[in-house]
Amino acid sequence: MNAPPIASTSAEQSAVPSRFDLRAALKDSFIAALIMLGLSIPILAYKTDQNGAQLFLTPRWGLVAIMCAIIFGLRLLQHAFMATRAARQALPDPHQATEPVHAEPSAYQRVSRFAIPFFLGIALAFPLLVYVVQGGLNESRYWVDLGILILTYVMLGWGLNIVVGLAGLLDLGYVAFYAVGAYSYALLSTTFGLSFWICLPLAGILAAFWGMILGFPVLRLRGDYLAIVTLAFGEIVRMVLINWTDLTNGGAGISSIPRATFFGLPFTADEGGFANTFGLEFNGMHRMIFLYYLILALALLTNFVTMRLRRLPIGRAWEALREDEIACRSLGINTTNTKLTAFAIGAMFGGFAGSFFAVRQGFVSPESFNFLESAIILAIVVMGGMGSQIGVAIAAVVLVGGPEMLRNLDFLKAVFGESFDPNEYRLLIFGMGMVAMMVWRPRGLISEREPSVVLKERKAISGSFVKEGHG
Amino acid sequence: MSTSALNPSTTLQGGATRQPLLSVRGVKTYYGNIIALKGVDMDVHEGEIVTLIGANGAGKSTLMMTIFGNPRAREGTITFAGRDITKMPTHEIARLSIAQSPEGRRIFPRMTVFENLQMGASMNGLAHFDQDLERVCVLFPRLKERLTQRGGTLSGGEQQMLAIARALMSRPKLLLLDEPSLGLAPLIVKQIFAIIKELNERDGMTVFLVEQNAYHALRLAHRGYVMVTGNITMSGTGKELLENPQVKAAYLEGGHH
Repeated sequence: MNAPPIASTSAEQSAVPSRFDLRAALKDSFIAALIMLGLSIPILAYKTDQNGAQLFLTPRWGLVAIMCAIIFGLRLLQHAFMATRAARQALPDPHQATEPVHAEPSAYQRVSRFAIPFFLGIALAFPLLVYVVQGGLNESRYWVDLGILILTYVMLGWGLNIVVGLAGLLDLGYVAFYAVGAYSYALLSTTFGLSFWICLPLAGILAAFWGMILGFPVLRLRGDYLAIVTLAFGEIVRMVLINWTDLTNGGAGISSIPRATFFGLPFTADEGGFANTFGLEFNGMHRMIFLYYLILALALLTNFVTMRLRRLPIGRAWEALREDEIACRSLGINTTNTKLTAFAIGAMFGGFAGSFFAVRQGFVSPESFNFLESAIILAIVVMGGMGSQIGVAIAAVVLVGGPEMLRNLDFLKAVFGESFDPNEYRLLIFGMGMVAMMVWRPRGLISEREPSVVLKERKAISGSFVKEGHG
Repeated sequence: MSTSALNPSTTLQGGATRQPLLSVRGVKTYYGNIIALKGVDMDVHEGEIVTLIGANGAGKSTLMMTIFGNPRAREGTITFAGRDITKMPTHEIARLSIAQSPEGRRIFPRMTVFENLQMGASMNGLAHFDQDLERVCVLFPRLKERLTQRGGTLSGGEQQMLAIARALMSRPKLLLLDEPSLGLAPLIVKQIFAIIKELNERDGMTVFLVEQNAYHALRLAHRGYVMVTGNITMSGTGKELLENPQVKAAYLEGGHH
């Protein structure tokens, strides 16, 4: 009696791609961690230290906890990996398929559904979180600063994503627009005394203008050739900044750039300052936290605009341009305008980020805008998966935050001994991570392209459609 | 054999005195210094299916692309609906309601079928998109099933259907098809040719068809041209060309596939 149902369920399982069952995976990982705990009690939990004739038991519960956490994490990862692989193998090869292939949402897509609100929540609550964890405003300075740095790169990554990810124009000189934005604010505010809020759009417009200037000569170029010309453009801008001493003060840079104000309230200790007006005790961190939310808002604006544009004809034209330029033209799309708008809008966000950079540092010099910056931003876009907004954000966190995080690997001392200095190995570990990434996800963290239109089944099969036809 | 054994305007079925919709006069196209079209004359009248047959490398696709301004004709004129389009940029030619299913299909592989069709309709601003979508879905039920699937995951025949459907989304006056039968199974080829016929008979679509599959193309077309190394060597009605011994010897040997 029992045999048939068992047979049929196993058949079902082999036919239906096994989905990533988060609950089961968590449970199994938890069990694995428990086993680890049990095993580690005799092996790891106590260390015997001999002091003369006496033997001391040194408890090492912290190490046990770390090992259990590692086992838990690895087991969970293994589950996720196996599930996606099984799902991939279970799907018929789309090129051979005679029946429509309905792509099952991958584990990644499923994760990203709750990951986006989660990350957004973390980003919004970040200063508060570090305040609570670090136990004070001044103590959280390092973390808020790191948060600002990461968000700047998230914004730059999203800006470049328009050019590289959506329009498929490989741009190695994006830092030029960052520089244009930064110098626009620096010069406009020091020369004409304009406030940040007036300079911000001006910097965006100027950067967009330079984006068009770059765009015109490279209209006919693609791929490697475009990359070389844009690389040169970035260097030209830097060289001009160094050598045009009358305007830019050359390599010495521009210092004492006015700081940002809270809509007119300066972050100063005296009367009429931000702290005084709101009845707070003055603290330099107020400005930092304000800057954090400022760059968060700017980054979210970039994301919002990009997501909107993707659904508009211009955004679709960008993506079509990335796919096939000749087909685009024969469908009546003006590829010249399409490329120029991609360059201009991407550059505009670079300009915004640049003017934020200037207001945050209070100092700009050509040093900050070298090729390495362009390379990092491009690496963020490519590693995130070209065109994927969430992928770019994750890649920015990993690429910018990762090397910083690796400074804090003190727990490895417990594994490798006291003489182990994680700082020395941090770039090695980071490099290994990048190599692993190249091997397992060569097309970026999130390489799957999200369709810009999500079709409801109902729309696809309305009554009038159901009619005999050819095919 | 010299050009135009029969004057095309006299063999036209109905409306013989009308201006041709598309007219190509003395067009010469070069790739660098190499001449690809050596002075081509050709007409397509409204409501016709005209086919251009010829061997590999005869310049068929070059003529098709030259009509679209890429590459540009170095000599001669191309007029469409009374307008000289010889020097127009490609996208402006497309906006005059000429649609093309180019050689190699050139669908957008990472975009869904639905998005591909949207791209096809982009020049008339999605005004009657739903209506047109419905029309091509009736014509190609296979695509209707696969609207949410990415273009690159379709089979070759489906990709060809998508390329034609995408071209139709702009409501063209003239449809240019470059080798729609290339690399497809005979059954699929039949389906696609039946659809072209249906488009022409039911909707009055004017079609210019470049083909190597001479038998099917000539049976379908009202008129045909034969191209040999950059020259039009013969023209006539489809039937005439099918029965022409030279055409038979050169293009119809080895059965009717």
